[in-house]
Amino acid sequence: MSISCEAVLAWIRAAAGAMALHKDYLTQLDSAIGDGDHGANMDRGFQAVLARLPAVTAADIGTIFKTVGMTLVSTVGGAAGPLYGTFFIQLAAATAGKMQIDLSDWVAALQAGVDGVVMRGKASLGDKTMVDALTPALGSVKAAAADGASLPAALRRSAEAAERGMLATIPLVARKGRASYLGERSVGHQDPGATSSHLLLETAAETWANAG
Amino acid sequence: MKKLINRPEDVVTEELRGIAAAHADIVKVYFEPNYIVRADAPAMGKVALVSGGGSGHEPLHGGFVGFGMLDAACPGAVFTSPTPDQILEATQAVNGGAGVLHIVKNYTGDVMNFEMASDLARGEGITVESVVTNDDVAVQDSLYTAGRRGVGVTMLAEKICGAAAEQRRPLKEVAAVCRKVNAQGRSMGMALTSCTVPHAGKPTFDLPADEMEIGIGIHGEPGRTRIKLKSAAEITELLARSVLDDLPFKRGDAVLALVNGMGGTPLIELYVVYNELVRICTGRAVRIARNLVGSYVTSLEMAGCSITLLKLDDELISLWDAPVRTAALRWGM
Repeated sequence: MSISCEAVLAWIRAAAGAMALHKDYLTQLDSAIGDGDHGANMDRGFQAVLARLPAVTAADIGTIFKTVGMTLVSTVGGAAGPLYGTFFIQLAAATAGKMQIDLSDWVAALQAGVDGVVMRGKASLGDKTMVDALTPALGSVKAAAADGASLPAALRRSAEAAERGMLATIPLVARKGRASYLGERSVGHQDPGATSSHLLLETAAETWANAG
Repeated sequence: MKKLINRPEDVVTEELRGIAAAHADIVKVYFEPNYIVRADAPAMGKVALVSGGGSGHEPLHGGFVGFGMLDAACPGAVFTSPTPDQILEATQAVNGGAGVLHIVKNYTGDVMNFEMASDLARGEGITVESVVTNDDVAVQDSLYTAGRRGVGVTMLAEKICGAAAEQRRPLKEVAAVCRKVNAQGRSMGMALTSCTVPHAGKPTFDLPADEMEIGIGIHGEPGRTRIKLKSAAEITELLARSVLDDLPFKRGDAVLALVNGMGGTPLIELYVVYNELVRICTGRAVRIARNLVGSYVTSLEMAGCSITLLKLDDELISLWDAPVRTAALRWGM
Protein backbone atom coordinates (compact mmCIF):
# COMPACT_ATOMS: atom_id res chain seq x y z
CA MET A 1 0.00 0.00 0.00
CA SER A 2 1.32 3.41 -0.88
CA ILE A 3 0.49 7.08 -1.26
CA SER A 4 0.62 8.52 -4.78
CA CYS A 5 1.36 12.08 -5.89
CA GLU A 6 -2.37 12.45 -6.52
CA ALA A 7 -3.11 11.36 -2.94
CA VAL A 8 -0.58 13.87 -1.59
CA LEU A 9 -2.26 16.65 -3.58
CA ALA A 10 -5.63 15.47 -2.25
CA TRP A 11 -4.28 15.70 1.32
CA ILE A 12 -3.05 19.26 0.82
CA ARG A 13 -6.42 20.25 -0.62
CA ALA A 14 -8.19 18.60 2.33
CA ALA A 15 -5.88 20.36 4.79
CA ALA A 16 -6.61 23.70 3.10
CA GLY A 17 -10.33 22.92 3.38
CA ALA A 18 -9.97 22.11 7.09
CA MET A 19 -8.04 25.34 7.79
CA ALA A 20 -10.77 27.35 6.03
CA LEU A 21 -13.54 25.47 7.86
CA HIS A 22 -11.90 25.88 11.28
CA LYS A 23 -10.49 29.36 10.69
CA ASP A 24 -12.71 31.03 13.30
CA TYR A 25 -12.20 28.21 15.80
CA LEU A 26 -8.39 28.49 15.55
CA THR A 27 -8.63 32.26 15.90
CA GLN A 28 -10.88 31.89 18.93
CA LEU A 29 -8.37 29.52 20.60
CA ASP A 30 -5.56 31.94 19.77
CA SER A 31 -7.45 34.93 21.16
CA ALA A 32 -7.59 33.23 24.54
CA ILE A 33 -3.83 32.81 24.93
CA GLY A 34 -2.20 34.47 21.91
CA ASP A 35 -2.99 37.34 19.63
CA GLY A 36 -5.97 36.00 17.73
CA ASP A 37 -4.54 35.56 14.27
CA HIS A 38 -3.76 31.84 13.91
CA GLY A 39 -6.89 30.93 11.94
CA ALA A 40 -6.60 33.85 9.54
CA ASN A 41 -2.89 33.20 9.02
CA MET A 42 -3.24 29.47 8.36
CA ASP A 43 -6.18 30.04 6.03
CA ARG A 44 -4.30 32.75 4.09
CA GLY A 45 -1.29 30.43 3.77
CA PHE A 46 -3.22 27.39 2.60
CA GLN A 47 -5.30 29.43 0.14
CA ALA A 48 -1.99 30.60 -1.37
CA VAL A 49 -0.86 26.96 -1.47
CA LEU A 50 -4.06 25.96 -3.33
CA ALA A 51 -3.33 28.65 -5.93
CA ARG A 52 0.11 27.15 -6.55
CA LEU A 53 -0.86 23.46 -6.68
CA PRO A 54 -1.84 23.46 -10.40
CA ALA A 55 1.84 24.11 -11.19
CA VAL A 56 2.95 20.88 -9.48
CA THR A 57 0.25 18.38 -10.53
CA ALA A 58 2.82 16.45 -12.56
CA ALA A 59 5.65 16.83 -10.06
CA ASP A 60 7.16 14.34 -7.60
CA ILE A 61 6.07 14.28 -3.97
CA GLY A 62 9.18 16.13 -2.80
CA THR A 63 8.47 19.01 -5.18
CA ILE A 64 4.85 19.18 -4.03
CA PHE A 65 5.89 19.38 -0.36
CA LYS A 66 8.60 21.93 -1.16
CA THR A 67 6.07 24.16 -2.91
CA VAL A 68 3.74 23.88 0.08
CA GLY A 69 6.56 24.71 2.51
CA MET A 70 7.97 27.67 0.60
CA THR A 71 4.48 29.08 0.08
CA LEU A 72 3.61 28.79 3.79
CA VAL A 73 6.92 30.47 4.79
CA SER A 74 6.16 33.46 2.58
CA THR A 75 2.46 33.84 3.30
CA VAL A 76 1.60 32.74 6.85
CA GLY A 77 3.84 35.02 8.93
CA GLY A 78 3.88 34.83 12.70
CA ALA A 79 5.58 31.83 14.24
CA ALA A 80 3.38 29.39 12.35
CA GLY A 81 4.86 30.41 8.97
CA PRO A 82 8.46 29.37 9.68
CA LEU A 83 7.31 26.35 11.71
CA TYR A 84 4.87 24.83 9.20
CA GLY A 85 7.11 25.98 6.35
CA THR A 86 10.04 24.14 7.89
CA PHE A 87 7.79 21.08 8.51
CA PHE A 88 6.87 20.77 4.82
CA ILE A 89 10.37 21.64 3.58
CA GLN A 90 11.69 18.77 5.72
CA LEU A 91 8.96 16.44 4.38
CA ALA A 92 10.15 17.51 0.92
CA ALA A 93 13.78 16.68 1.64
CA ALA A 94 12.76 13.20 2.84
CA THR A 95 10.59 12.48 -0.21
CA ALA A 96 12.65 14.17 -2.96
CA GLY A 97 12.16 12.55 -6.38
CA LYS A 98 9.58 10.01 -5.17
CA MET A 99 6.41 9.44 -7.20
CA GLN A 100 4.88 7.36 -4.40
CA ILE A 101 5.66 6.70 -0.75
CA ASP A 102 4.90 3.77 1.55
CA LEU A 103 4.43 3.71 5.31
CA SER A 104 8.15 3.55 6.07
CA ASP A 105 8.75 6.55 3.77
CA TRP A 106 6.00 8.46 5.59
CA VAL A 107 7.48 7.59 8.99
CA ALA A 108 10.87 8.90 7.83
CA ALA A 109 9.30 12.03 6.34
CA LEU A 110 7.24 12.78 9.45
CA GLN A 111 10.34 12.24 11.60
CA ALA A 112 12.21 14.82 9.48
CA GLY A 113 9.28 17.22 9.63
CA VAL A 114 8.90 17.00 13.41
CA ASP A 115 12.68 17.31 13.90
CA GLY A 116 12.58 20.46 11.75
CA VAL A 117 9.82 22.01 13.86
CA VAL A 118 11.67 21.22 17.09
CA MET A 119 14.91 22.68 15.66
CA ARG A 120 13.22 25.90 14.47
CA GLY A 121 10.98 26.48 17.48
CA LYS A 122 13.18 24.95 20.20
CA ALA A 123 10.09 23.61 21.97
CA SER A 124 9.93 20.36 23.93
CA LEU A 125 7.02 18.06 24.65
CA GLY A 126 4.79 19.66 27.29
CA ASP A 127 5.58 23.28 26.37
CA LYS A 128 2.00 23.67 25.06
CA THR A 129 2.87 23.96 21.36
CA MET A 130 2.47 22.17 18.00
CA VAL A 131 5.07 19.70 19.24
CA ASP A 132 2.54 18.30 21.73
CA ALA A 133 0.40 17.04 18.83
CA LEU A 134 3.21 16.22 16.39
CA THR A 135 5.51 14.21 18.66
CA PRO A 136 2.85 11.74 19.88
CA ALA A 137 1.61 11.40 16.27
CA LEU A 138 5.12 10.48 15.18
CA GLY A 139 5.52 8.03 18.07
CA SER A 140 2.23 6.32 17.24
CA VAL A 141 2.86 5.97 13.52
CA LYS A 142 6.29 4.50 14.30
CA ALA A 143 4.79 2.03 16.78
CA ALA A 144 2.04 1.10 14.32
CA ALA A 145 4.58 0.52 11.57
CA ALA A 146 6.60 -1.69 13.93
CA ASP A 147 3.42 -3.65 14.76
CA GLY A 148 2.92 -4.30 11.04
CA ALA A 149 -0.23 -2.19 10.86
CA SER A 150 -1.59 -1.22 7.44
CA LEU A 151 -0.95 2.29 6.16
CA PRO A 152 -4.52 3.52 6.80
CA ALA A 153 -4.56 1.95 10.29
CA ALA A 154 -1.19 3.50 11.16
CA LEU A 155 -2.34 6.93 9.98
CA ARG A 156 -5.52 6.59 12.01
CA ARG A 157 -3.52 5.78 15.17
CA SER A 158 -1.24 8.71 14.39
CA ALA A 159 -4.17 11.14 14.05
CA GLU A 160 -5.71 9.84 17.29
CA ALA A 161 -2.43 10.37 19.12
CA ALA A 162 -2.30 13.92 17.74
CA GLU A 163 -5.81 14.51 19.04
CA ARG A 164 -4.91 13.21 22.51
CA GLY A 165 -1.78 15.37 22.47
CA MET A 166 -3.84 18.39 21.44
CA LEU A 167 -6.36 17.85 24.25
CA ALA A 168 -3.52 17.26 26.71
CA THR A 169 -2.33 20.85 26.11
CA ILE A 170 -5.43 22.19 27.92
CA PRO A 171 -4.10 21.88 31.51
CA LEU A 172 -0.54 22.84 30.58
CA VAL A 173 1.28 26.09 31.37
CA ALA A 174 2.64 27.50 28.10
CA ARG A 175 6.43 27.75 27.96
CA LYS A 176 6.99 28.91 24.39
CA GLY A 177 5.48 31.53 22.12
CA ARG A 178 3.17 34.34 23.07
CA ALA A 179 1.06 32.18 25.37
CA SER A 180 4.09 31.83 27.67
CA TYR A 181 3.70 35.48 28.69
CA LEU A 182 0.52 34.48 30.48
CA GLY A 183 2.16 31.98 32.78
CA GLU A 184 -0.51 30.22 34.87
CA ARG A 185 -3.25 32.08 33.00
CA SER A 186 -2.59 29.89 29.95
CA VAL A 187 -3.91 26.87 31.89
CA GLY A 188 -7.35 25.69 30.80
CA HIS A 189 -6.95 26.66 27.14
CA GLN A 190 -6.21 24.33 24.23
CA ASP A 191 -3.15 25.30 22.23
CA PRO A 192 -4.07 26.63 18.76
CA GLY A 193 -0.83 25.35 17.19
CA ALA A 194 -1.42 21.82 18.48
CA THR A 195 -4.95 22.13 17.10
CA SER A 196 -3.85 23.06 13.58
CA SER A 197 -1.24 20.28 13.71
CA HIS A 198 -3.99 17.82 14.61
CA LEU A 199 -6.04 19.07 11.65
CA LEU A 200 -3.12 18.28 9.32
CA LEU A 201 -2.69 14.72 10.62
CA GLU A 202 -6.44 14.11 10.80
CA THR A 203 -6.93 15.16 7.17
CA ALA A 204 -3.99 12.91 6.18
CA ALA A 205 -5.64 9.92 7.89
CA GLU A 206 -9.00 10.72 6.27
CA THR A 207 -7.62 11.36 2.80
CA TRP A 208 -5.38 8.33 2.83
CA ALA A 209 -7.89 5.98 4.51
CA ASN A 210 -8.16 4.03 1.28
CA ALA A 211 -4.57 4.48 0.16
CA GLY A 212 -3.29 1.86 -2.16
CA MET B 1 -16.41 46.57 14.72
CA LYS B 2 -16.23 50.28 13.93
CA LYS B 3 -13.15 51.16 11.88
CA LEU B 4 -12.12 53.53 9.12
CA ILE B 5 -11.31 50.77 6.67
CA ASN B 6 -12.57 49.38 3.39
CA ARG B 7 -12.03 45.62 3.47
CA PRO B 8 -10.05 44.05 6.36
CA GLU B 9 -7.81 42.18 3.90
CA ASP B 10 -6.83 45.47 2.17
CA VAL B 11 -5.89 47.48 5.26
CA VAL B 12 -2.12 46.99 5.14
CA THR B 13 -1.80 47.50 1.37
CA GLU B 14 -3.93 50.63 1.45
CA GLU B 15 -2.05 51.99 4.47
CA LEU B 16 1.25 51.46 2.64
CA ARG B 17 -0.09 53.27 -0.45
CA GLY B 18 -1.05 56.16 1.84
CA ILE B 19 2.41 56.25 3.39
CA ALA B 20 4.03 56.20 -0.06
CA ALA B 21 1.85 59.10 -1.20
CA ALA B 22 2.25 61.16 1.99
CA HIS B 23 6.01 60.77 2.41
CA ALA B 24 7.39 60.37 -1.10
CA ASP B 25 10.26 62.72 -0.19
CA ILE B 26 11.40 60.38 2.60
CA VAL B 27 10.46 56.81 1.67
CA LYS B 28 9.77 54.47 -1.19
CA VAL B 29 7.32 51.59 -0.76
CA TYR B 30 7.56 48.22 -2.50
CA PHE B 31 4.71 45.72 -2.76
CA GLU B 32 4.57 41.91 -2.88
CA PRO B 33 6.60 41.49 -0.89
CA ASN B 34 5.88 44.63 1.13
CA TYR B 35 8.66 46.82 2.48
CA ILE B 36 9.48 50.48 2.99
CA VAL B 37 12.96 51.86 2.26
CA ARG B 38 14.61 55.26 2.45
CA ALA B 39 13.99 57.19 -0.76
CA ASP B 40 17.77 57.41 -1.31
CA ALA B 41 18.53 53.72 -0.55
CA PRO B 42 21.00 52.18 -0.66
CA ALA B 43 23.29 54.59 1.22
CA MET B 44 26.66 53.39 -0.01
CA GLY B 45 29.28 52.68 2.62
CA LYS B 46 26.78 53.04 5.48
CA VAL B 47 25.60 50.23 7.73
CA ALA B 48 21.92 49.69 6.89
CA LEU B 49 19.31 49.22 9.61
CA VAL B 50 16.34 46.95 8.94
CA SER B 51 13.49 46.33 11.34
CA GLY B 52 9.99 45.05 11.00
CA GLY B 53 7.06 43.46 12.71
CA GLY B 54 3.34 43.15 12.50
CA SER B 55 1.32 46.11 11.26
CA GLY B 56 -0.92 47.88 13.75
CA HIS B 57 1.97 49.41 15.77
CA GLU B 58 2.26 52.56 13.67
CA PRO B 59 4.31 54.67 13.49
CA LEU B 60 6.61 51.73 14.41
CA HIS B 61 8.45 50.75 12.13
CA GLY B 62 7.62 52.38 8.78
CA GLY B 63 7.29 55.84 10.33
CA PHE B 64 10.92 55.59 11.42
CA VAL B 65 12.43 54.99 7.99
CA GLY B 66 14.57 57.90 6.81
CA PHE B 67 17.78 59.82 7.44
CA GLY B 68 19.25 59.08 10.88
CA MET B 69 17.03 56.11 11.67
CA LEU B 70 15.96 52.98 9.73
CA ASP B 71 16.91 52.16 6.15
CA ALA B 72 14.05 49.71 5.77
CA ALA B 73 10.96 48.46 7.56
CA CYS B 74 9.09 45.24 6.81
CA PRO B 75 5.43 45.38 7.79
CA GLY B 76 3.64 42.07 8.26
CA ALA B 77 -0.11 41.55 8.37
CA VAL B 78 -1.76 43.15 11.40
CA PHE B 79 -0.02 41.83 14.55
CA THR B 80 1.74 39.18 12.45
CA SER B 81 5.46 39.17 11.87
CA PRO B 82 6.80 39.78 8.35
CA THR B 83 7.98 36.82 6.29
CA PRO B 84 11.58 35.87 5.39
CA ASP B 85 11.18 36.76 1.68
CA GLN B 86 10.12 40.31 2.61
CA ILE B 87 12.98 40.76 5.05
CA LEU B 88 15.47 39.33 2.54
CA GLU B 89 14.39 41.69 -0.24
CA ALA B 90 14.47 44.70 2.09
CA THR B 91 17.94 43.66 3.27
CA GLN B 92 19.17 43.41 -0.34
CA ALA B 93 17.57 46.74 -1.26
CA VAL B 94 19.34 48.73 1.46
CA ASN B 95 22.67 46.93 1.61
CA GLY B 96 25.26 49.63 0.88
CA GLY B 97 28.21 47.30 1.23
CA ALA B 98 28.90 47.98 4.92
CA GLY B 99 26.60 45.27 6.25
CA VAL B 100 23.07 45.23 7.57
CA LEU B 101 21.79 45.30 11.15
CA HIS B 102 18.48 43.57 11.86
CA ILE B 103 16.73 45.03 14.90
CA VAL B 104 14.22 42.41 16.03
CA LYS B 105 11.66 42.60 18.80
CA ASN B 106 11.68 39.47 20.95
CA TYR B 107 8.49 37.83 19.77
CA THR B 108 8.66 34.20 18.72
CA GLY B 109 7.42 34.83 15.18
CA ASP B 110 9.59 37.90 14.58
CA VAL B 111 12.70 36.10 15.81
CA MET B 112 12.09 32.99 13.65
CA ASN B 113 11.28 34.93 10.47
CA PHE B 114 14.28 37.26 10.86
CA GLU B 115 16.46 34.23 11.61
CA MET B 116 15.40 32.53 8.37
CA ALA B 117 15.90 35.82 6.47
CA SER B 118 19.39 36.47 7.85
CA ASP B 119 20.40 32.89 6.92
CA LEU B 120 19.19 33.56 3.35
CA ALA B 121 20.92 36.98 3.19
CA ARG B 122 24.23 35.52 4.40
CA GLY B 123 23.85 32.88 1.72
CA GLU B 124 23.84 35.75 -0.77
CA GLY B 125 27.03 37.21 0.65
CA ILE B 126 25.52 40.02 2.74
CA THR B 127 26.99 40.55 6.20
CA VAL B 128 24.10 40.60 8.67
CA GLU B 129 24.10 41.12 12.43
CA SER B 130 20.94 40.76 14.49
CA VAL B 131 20.06 42.31 17.81
CA VAL B 132 16.93 41.14 19.60
CA THR B 133 15.33 43.71 21.93
CA ASN B 134 13.72 42.44 25.13
CA ASP B 135 12.97 45.33 27.47
CA ASP B 136 9.50 44.42 28.82
CA VAL B 137 9.85 43.89 32.57
CA ALA B 138 6.30 42.48 32.81
CA VAL B 139 7.54 39.14 31.53
CA GLN B 140 9.59 36.81 33.66
CA ASP B 141 12.82 36.08 31.83
CA SER B 142 13.41 32.39 32.35
CA LEU B 143 14.00 29.17 30.51
CA TYR B 144 10.29 28.55 30.76
CA THR B 145 8.98 31.47 28.74
CA ALA B 146 9.75 32.94 25.32
CA GLY B 147 11.62 35.62 27.29
CA ARG B 148 10.94 39.31 27.68
CA ARG B 149 9.20 41.06 24.82
CA GLY B 150 10.77 43.83 22.81
CA VAL B 151 8.70 47.00 23.18
CA GLY B 152 9.48 50.74 23.65
CA VAL B 153 13.25 50.37 23.69
CA THR B 154 13.07 49.16 20.08
CA MET B 155 12.28 52.62 18.71
CA LEU B 156 14.93 54.26 20.92
CA ALA B 157 17.46 51.73 19.58
CA GLU B 158 16.38 52.49 16.01
CA LYS B 159 16.95 56.24 16.53
CA ILE B 160 20.24 55.92 18.39
CA CYS B 161 21.72 53.23 16.10
CA GLY B 162 20.52 55.15 13.05
CA ALA B 163 22.63 58.10 14.22
CA ALA B 164 25.63 55.82 14.81
CA ALA B 165 25.27 54.43 11.29
CA GLU B 166 25.12 57.95 9.80
CA GLN B 167 28.52 58.58 11.45
CA ARG B 168 29.73 55.71 9.24
CA ARG B 169 30.57 53.54 12.22
CA PRO B 170 31.22 49.90 11.28
CA LEU B 171 28.57 47.18 11.71
CA LYS B 172 30.17 45.70 14.85
CA GLU B 173 30.05 49.10 16.58
CA VAL B 174 26.49 49.90 15.51
CA ALA B 175 25.39 46.48 16.76
CA ALA B 176 27.25 47.08 20.04
CA VAL B 177 25.42 50.40 20.50
CA CYS B 178 22.14 48.56 19.87
CA ARG B 179 22.95 45.93 22.50
CA LYS B 180 23.91 48.67 24.96
CA VAL B 181 20.60 50.50 24.45
CA ASN B 182 18.72 47.24 24.94
CA ALA B 183 20.75 46.38 28.05
CA GLN B 184 20.18 49.81 29.63
CA GLY B 185 16.50 50.23 28.77
CA ARG B 186 13.40 48.85 30.47
CA SER B 187 9.66 49.18 29.78
CA MET B 188 6.25 48.26 31.09
CA GLY B 189 2.80 48.89 29.68
CA MET B 190 -0.85 48.81 30.65
CA ALA B 191 -4.19 48.79 28.84
CA LEU B 192 -7.48 50.47 29.65
CA THR B 193 -9.23 48.82 26.71
CA SER B 194 -8.66 45.95 24.32
CA CYS B 195 -8.21 46.35 20.58
CA THR B 196 -9.77 44.76 17.51
CA VAL B 197 -7.67 43.17 14.78
CA PRO B 198 -9.51 44.07 11.53
CA HIS B 199 -9.73 40.50 10.20
CA ALA B 200 -10.75 39.14 13.63
CA GLY B 201 -13.63 41.62 13.85
CA LYS B 202 -13.92 41.51 17.62
CA PRO B 203 -11.76 42.61 20.55
CA THR B 204 -8.72 40.42 21.27
CA PHE B 205 -9.75 40.24 24.93
CA ASP B 206 -12.60 41.50 27.05
CA LEU B 207 -11.85 44.11 29.68
CA PRO B 208 -14.70 45.21 31.94
CA ALA B 209 -15.31 48.97 32.14
CA ASP B 210 -13.82 49.28 35.65
CA GLU B 211 -10.72 47.11 35.15
CA MET B 212 -7.32 47.45 33.51
CA GLU B 213 -4.67 45.05 32.30
CA ILE B 214 -1.15 45.50 33.69
CA GLY B 215 1.89 44.23 31.84
CA ILE B 216 0.28 44.25 28.44
CA GLY B 217 2.26 43.40 25.32
CA ILE B 218 1.93 45.34 22.09
CA HIS B 219 -0.07 42.76 20.17
CA GLY B 220 -3.18 42.95 22.28
CA GLU B 221 -2.05 39.82 24.07
CA PRO B 222 -3.33 39.96 27.62
CA GLY B 223 -0.93 40.99 30.36
CA ARG B 224 -0.11 39.27 33.63
CA THR B 225 -2.64 40.76 36.01
CA ARG B 226 -5.99 42.42 35.81
CA ILE B 227 -6.93 44.88 38.52
CA LYS B 228 -9.49 47.56 39.29
CA LEU B 229 -8.97 50.89 37.59
CA LYS B 230 -6.80 53.34 39.53
CA SER B 231 -5.74 56.99 39.24
CA ALA B 232 -3.01 58.12 36.85
CA ALA B 233 -0.75 58.71 39.86
CA GLU B 234 -1.19 55.12 41.08
CA ILE B 235 -0.89 53.58 37.60
CA THR B 236 2.28 55.55 36.83
CA GLU B 237 3.70 54.57 40.21
CA LEU B 238 2.99 50.90 39.45
CA LEU B 239 4.64 50.99 36.03
CA ALA B 240 7.53 53.27 36.99
CA ARG B 241 8.41 51.31 40.11
CA SER B 242 8.61 48.04 38.15
CA VAL B 243 10.79 49.69 35.51
CA LEU B 244 13.05 51.57 37.97
CA ASP B 245 13.61 48.56 40.24
CA ASP B 246 14.38 46.18 37.42
CA LEU B 247 17.58 47.61 35.92
CA PRO B 248 17.85 49.02 38.60
CA PHE B 249 18.05 52.75 37.90
CA LYS B 250 20.05 54.42 40.67
CA ARG B 251 20.29 57.85 42.29
CA GLY B 252 22.13 60.23 39.98
CA ASP B 253 21.40 58.26 36.80
CA ALA B 254 20.51 60.32 33.74
CA VAL B 255 17.68 58.78 31.71
CA LEU B 256 15.64 59.17 28.59
CA ALA B 257 11.96 58.84 29.54
CA LEU B 258 9.45 57.70 26.95
CA VAL B 259 5.77 57.92 27.83
CA ASN B 260 4.17 56.04 24.98
CA GLY B 261 0.49 55.92 24.06
CA MET B 262 -0.98 52.58 22.93
CA GLY B 263 -2.96 54.17 20.08
CA GLY B 264 -6.26 55.16 21.69
CA THR B 265 -5.02 57.42 24.47
CA PRO B 266 -5.12 61.18 24.00
CA LEU B 267 -1.99 63.26 24.50
CA ILE B 268 -3.64 65.07 27.42
CA GLU B 269 -3.55 61.81 29.41
CA LEU B 270 0.01 61.00 28.35
CA TYR B 271 1.14 64.36 29.74
CA VAL B 272 -0.71 63.64 32.99
CA VAL B 273 1.30 60.40 33.18
CA TYR B 274 4.54 62.22 32.29
CA ASN B 275 3.89 64.71 35.09
CA GLU B 276 3.57 61.81 37.55
CA LEU B 277 6.69 60.16 36.12
CA VAL B 278 8.73 63.35 36.68
CA ARG B 279 7.55 63.42 40.31
CA ILE B 280 8.52 59.77 40.85
CA CYS B 281 11.92 60.11 39.17
CA THR B 282 12.68 63.31 41.07
CA GLY B 283 11.83 61.51 44.31
CA ARG B 284 14.41 58.87 43.46
CA ALA B 285 17.01 61.41 42.24
CA VAL B 286 16.87 59.93 38.75
CA ARG B 287 17.38 62.80 36.29
CA ILE B 288 15.28 62.84 33.12
CA ALA B 289 17.82 64.28 30.66
CA ARG B 290 15.73 63.65 27.54
CA ASN B 291 12.08 62.77 27.03
CA LEU B 292 9.58 61.76 24.41
CA VAL B 293 5.82 61.86 24.96
CA GLY B 294 3.45 60.56 22.31
CA SER B 295 2.11 57.44 20.58
CA TYR B 296 5.05 55.70 18.91
CA VAL B 297 4.68 51.97 19.60
CA THR B 298 0.97 51.29 19.45
CA SER B 299 -1.59 48.48 19.45
CA LEU B 300 -4.25 49.69 17.02
CA GLU B 301 -6.92 51.60 19.01
CA MET B 302 -5.98 50.26 22.43
CA ALA B 303 -6.19 52.83 25.22
CA GLY B 304 -3.33 52.74 27.67
CA CYS B 305 0.33 53.60 27.89
CA SER B 306 3.78 52.26 28.43
CA ILE B 307 6.75 53.77 30.21
CA THR B 308 10.29 53.22 28.98
CA LEU B 309 13.40 54.43 30.76
CA LEU B 310 16.81 54.29 29.10
CA LYS B 311 19.94 54.98 31.13
CA LEU B 312 21.96 57.58 29.22
CA ASP B 313 25.63 58.46 28.95
CA ASP B 314 27.31 61.15 26.84
CA GLU B 315 27.53 58.87 23.80
CA LEU B 316 23.84 57.96 23.86
CA ILE B 317 22.79 61.59 24.47
CA SER B 318 24.76 62.85 21.47
CA LEU B 319 23.39 60.05 19.25
CA TRP B 320 19.84 60.78 20.45
CA ASP B 321 20.28 64.51 19.71
CA ALA B 322 21.71 63.88 16.21
CA PRO B 323 19.53 64.95 13.25
CA VAL B 324 16.72 62.64 12.15
CA ARG B 325 14.22 62.97 9.33
CA THR B 326 11.47 60.35 9.21
CA ALA B 327 7.69 60.51 8.89
CA ALA B 328 7.13 60.23 12.64
CA LEU B 329 10.30 61.61 14.21
CA ARG B 330 12.27 64.57 12.93
CA TRP B 331 14.56 67.17 14.39
CA GLY B 332 17.81 68.95 13.69
CA MET B 333 17.26 69.12 9.94
